[in-house]
Amino acid sequence: MPHDHDDHHHDNELDPMAARVRALETILTEKGLIDPQAIDAIVDTYETKVGPRNGARVVAKAWSDPEYADWLRRDATAAIESLRYTGRQGEHMQAVFNTPDTHNLVVCTLCSCYPWSVLGLPPVWYKSPPYRSKAVIDPRGVLTEFDLVLPETTRIRVWDSTAELRYLVVPMRPEGSEGMSEEQLARLVTRDSMIGTGLALVPEAA
Amino acid sequence: MNGPQDLGGQMGFGPVAPEKNEPLFHADWEKRAMGMTIAAGAMGHWNIDESRHARESLHPADYYTSSYYEIWAKALEVLLKRHGFVQPLELDAGRSLGKGTQPKRVLKAENVAAALAKGGPCDRPVAGAPRFQSGDRIRTHNFNPEAHTRLPRYARGKLGVVEAVRGGFVFPDSNAHGKGENPQYVYTVVFSAPEIWGDGADPAVTVSIDAWESYLEPA
Repeated sequence: MPHDHDDHHHDNELDPMAARVRALETILTEKGLIDPQAIDAIVDTYETKVGPRNGARVVAKAWSDPEYADWLRRDATAAIESLRYTGRQGEHMQAVFNTPDTHNLVVCTLCSCYPWSVLGLPPVWYKSPPYRSKAVIDPRGVLTEFDLVLPETTRIRVWDSTAELRYLVVPMRPEGSEGMSEEQLARLVTRDSMIGTGLALVPEAA
Repeated sequence: MNGPQDLGGQMGFGPVAPEKNEPLFHADWEKRAMGMTIAAGAMGHWNIDESRHARESLHPADYYTSSYYEIWAKALEVLLKRHGFVQPLELDAGRSLGKGTQPKRVLKAENVAAALAKGGPCDRPVAGAPRFQSGDRIRTHNFNPEAHTRLPRYARGKLGVVEAVRGGFVFPDSNAHGKGENPQYVYTVVFSAPEIWGDGADPAVTVSIDAWESYLEPA
């Protein structure tokens, strides 16, 4: 009988990493080095409070308000902070704007640097060797994996986040979005469009 | 160091394969590993540069077969052992076997929101004026340190142009090793793809890095 005890995390119990991480948490808790409820609170922050909807609101505001866009271009940290998106892995922000001529793509070849304050935790692919190795040498090839084919004449700028600056791509505002509210616009802004592996969504034809 | 983390331009890892509707975590232990890494870091006994160096110092075979939260968890064990908080026997036993280093502070649940909102800014004042200005042509340093560095191999010894002066920041190459913050100016430096990758590179591609001043020489 495979399920012979009552732990509903049974499948994880069998996983070596689950066992290893649980052992570590037990040790640190017994020693009073960590508060398990603090871990709950950290996880909850990134599950429910900090995620790519933050960045989408920044982009939607930049699309709607030229003065805000200008501020975002000059001092992204302050402009983003004005919307109350601050903190860990967003301390030093840069916003880079796509144009008809130039598409921006962000990577961290050396680790997993990512603008948590506006995008939340990075997806697995962003942190994994295929993307980190290829984004700097074959960005067009990477984009095709995201079904994004740019004209050959479109310049691509790859930003390798090698220091503590964190990059937010501001995608181009899609055609057909004239007159939409910031709230409506924010729904067009995908996470990938703010990494550069996608474009903003086109509003469905009315 | 020329470790497994220095991935720019390497080949053979296969497709990026983004997962559709990817969940934020793929297992409960990932949540604990993520939270524990932050909570243990908040004790204040190591910095983000030392953390990164612990991750890139995993054996390459281990690094490449580990998911990113596995890398975090394994590096966290290294840091906890190095700083005397945990003994190897305890990791084997899965329980505490006695006191270790006493922490400077412990992150409590009620302080998490404030701690995450504050983050860990690493900009610092630097005496004197920046050596380079926007538009300056530079060549990046060519070196192969065994220690931590944030100058990737693909961008060493290359000609580029300074695009922006970003201000002073903690220097990871010394900070990762307990040798002080020694802040330097950081610059965004742009290279053409042909300068980096040579034959056959796409002339419509440019790549930038953020480089500390000592990584750069006038060209």
